Amino acid sequence: MKVFAFCLVFVTGVMLVMTAQDFPAWGDAHSAPNQYLSTYYIQHTYRDTAVPNIVTAVLADYRGFDTMFETSVIFCAGLGIAAILSFGPRNPKRRKRLGLPPSAEGDLIIQTTTRLLIPVTQLFALYVIAHGHHSPGGGFQGGVILAASFILLSLAYDLNMALSRLSDRLALLWGNGGLLIYAGIGLICVALGAHFLEYSALHAILPATDSVMARSHAMLGVEIGVGFTVMSMLFSIYTQLVSLGSLEDGL
Amino acid sequence: MNDQLAFFTVGIPLFGAIFASLAGLWRAHWCQRIAQTAIVGTAIVTVGLFLQVNEVGAVHYQLGGWPAPIGIQFHVDPLNALVLIVITVFAGLALWAAPTALQDELPGQERFVYPLMLLLVTGLLGMTVTGDAFNLYVMLEITSLSSYALVAIGKGRAAVSCFTYIVMGTIGASFYLLGVGYLYLKTGSLNMLDIKRVMLEGHLIQSQTSITGFILITVGLWIKMGLFPLHGWLPNAYAFAPHAVTNLIAPLMTKVSVYVAVRYMLMVFTPDFMLAHENWSDIGQIIACVAIGAGSLIAYSQTDLKKLLCYLLVAEVGYMVGGMWLVNPVAFKGVIYHIVSDAAMTSCLFLGAASVIQATGHRHVHALRHAAKTMPWTFAAFVLGFLSMIGVPPTCGFFSKWFLISGAVAEGAWWYVAALLFSSLMNALIFFRLVEMALFSDVAHPADEVMDMGKNGEAAIGLRLPLWVSSLFVLGIGLAAQPFGGWIERIVRQVGGWP
Amino acid sequence: MTDLMEFVVSRFNYWIYVVLMMIGLYAMISKRNYVKKLIGMTIFQTSIILFYVSIGVKSNATIPIVDHHDVVHSEILVDHYANPLPHVLMLTAIVVGVATLGVGLAVIEKIYRQHGTIEEPELLADVDQT
Repeated sequence: MKVFAFCLVFVTGVMLVMTAQDFPAWGDAHSAPNQYLSTYYIQHTYRDTAVPNIVTAVLADYRGFDTMFETSVIFCAGLGIAAILSFGPRNPKRRKRLGLPPSAEGDLIIQTTTRLLIPVTQLFALYVIAHGHHSPGGGFQGGVILAASFILLSLAYDLNMALSRLSDRLALLWGNGGLLIYAGIGLICVALGAHFLEYSALHAILPATDSVMARSHAMLGVEIGVGFTVMSMLFSIYTQLVSLGSLEDGL
Repeated sequence: MNDQLAFFTVGIPLFGAIFASLAGLWRAHWCQRIAQTAIVGTAIVTVGLFLQVNEVGAVHYQLGGWPAPIGIQFHVDPLNALVLIVITVFAGLALWAAPTALQDELPGQERFVYPLMLLLVTGLLGMTVTGDAFNLYVMLEITSLSSYALVAIGKGRAAVSCFTYIVMGTIGASFYLLGVGYLYLKTGSLNMLDIKRVMLEGHLIQSQTSITGFILITVGLWIKMGLFPLHGWLPNAYAFAPHAVTNLIAPLMTKVSVYVAVRYMLMVFTPDFMLAHENWSDIGQIIACVAIGAGSLIAYSQTDLKKLLCYLLVAEVGYMVGGMWLVNPVAFKGVIYHIVSDAAMTSCLFLGAASVIQATGHRHVHALRHAAKTMPWTFAAFVLGFLSMIGVPPTCGFFSKWFLISGAVAEGAWWYVAALLFSSLMNALIFFRLVEMALFSDVAHPADEVMDMGKNGEAAIGLRLPLWVSSLFVLGIGLAAQPFGGWIERIVRQVGGWP
Repeated sequence: MTDLMEFVVSRFNYWIYVVLMMIGLYAMISKRNYVKKLIGMTIFQTSIILFYVSIGVKSNATIPIVDHHDVVHSEILVDHYANPLPHVLMLTAIVVGVATLGVGLAVIEKIYRQHGTIEEPELLADVDQT
């Protein structure tokens, strides 16, 4: 198997290296990918959407459909992991053999620090979501930081403590809700007679906005939806994985 | 409203998945109704879209209102409208059979299974309808992730089989992603039609990067469709998945991957590109012939009913890949027709296998013993599916083989013709082995005692009805072969740029 | 010789991605431990992310966030900003990678719960037994 794997890898590697001769050099501003579409995005994004962060604008608007399905992928993973781990035989003998350590007593210093840290972390996460238009950030990054704050809680105390704040069921609800916000904003555009996710149509119902600002506001909306789903689903995946699906013990 | 139809093909199952998952938090039995309603709604929309596209030609739907290379667009031509109908119809049959199949195997888990199934269907429809190379990757991944989860839910060997599936599937999807990266590197665009335009205008199509990109995409899709020898994950993953899941993924996943490969060949890389490399067509056919032969031979040696069918599926994938690499319009007609007919046959056979296994409680081929007596109706539909697999007229399997062979004869690809005939022969041998068990059950056999055979009745009505409907499709597609094949050939010539 | 050196140095990103990718592929095929296979899978996916991001680099360019000053007072200079599109695409690919890794780990946990091992040879023996 090892020899076979090595041969396969070697052949593939040689093919890829040979092809690399045809590639543009590192940092070449005039290569094909750095011209064409890229030029359009850099020059027009601010005019089209009033969002200075081009990555956010391309992510949530020009290629917003990709991002919606990317959110669905995370949602699907959360749902799938819950489904996989809630099945199968639960052999008590084998469970004991896993040798999960009994939950240790919480440490005062760690718990106090965590109590101070978590509100700041969550506030920062909200800032990352909301300020994604102007600085690096957005729904995914903010959502991950939010999930990290809950994971920190479960590390400093125990899993039950964290689950009492964001239970399994609630996480699924939030995950659904986030996806529904995203897809719902798209559907409102359809209802207003535009194409799916064509945010500029929303200026008809948003007060005091023109079609450009409507895009900017709608992007904030979908980023919030993404943030919800990512936060709840990543936390749900974490809780499922550390407790082998039982949601009882574990870390 | 008419111009929104393209979006609703993907939108309805997506919203269905969200609502089914929400409903599952309170009322698990609503999931099933939501899923079935969503699939019926999607079927109506796809038929509407098909009629529309057939009348006015290809439809483009711009998501976010951005024109093509800047934003993502859906590209619906008559060919993918047809595939859309195939997906919704056979997904509908699988979802119809799902409640009965799930009852025994996974009681109380509806709240996960139905949303995941709908996400799977969303991904399949998205893969077919999207005109954006990267968006196709996202759709491919959502399809894969939901199928990983659905396969791993199963009992016994499902989890181990699923792990191989995850590893192989990720290699396939990553190769595809890398291939798209190569095309992007060369053209700067992600829209399929735009990639083609830039490549043709800039004479980039024969550059080293495009060729490697094509190879990466093709190999990635080969892994995804389970072409021998990259099929390692397929038989176990499909065979040990819960029946409700196999009924959904076995007819559809490979077919959609084949369709994506066809689309890359016809729409992105033109047929001329394929023909410019003389030995490619030969290599493709050799691989296909090996796949057909190996799939049929291994199928003959199987004793597990579902696994036997899975190896037949591996052989069928060989048919389609071989047909594609003949690169002529008649063979492509055969491939497209085979996508439709193979979806019908596999759906029929796997539903039949699920019925037999559910009625008898055994998955060994001996479960078919006494079947002609104890469950004549179930067995009749199963036989019809198998006759089509062999290629007996007037079932659809005969005509798809006929089209493929006439394409091969035009190219003088005799090995491929021989492989197809050999596969028919092997299928016939397997079939007679199974029929012998079912009909001549008077002869005593030790399995009767051990497995307690011959005391069961028909399968549950919830499984039998979809089974019959799928067997009617096997017959119907076969009876309509001549006009249907002519229509397909006209469209293929149009899409591929043949006169 | 200097030409060759220049050629090799100017495309170093591609060599790195190929090497990383092959390490990942080798681990996925030849390792017997399922967690190691998953680690290989992650390396494999990450190398592709590296490839995409590296083709969007422009020398002396900054992050693709438009300067307010530029918008109001002058033209937006295209060469001044890095290519945003690969970043967007890879954000999606990262999420997909995380999701696949999560599902993979869940499956491994289920396998371990059923069979008590995640080493391939032992596992296959255990599977054949049951």
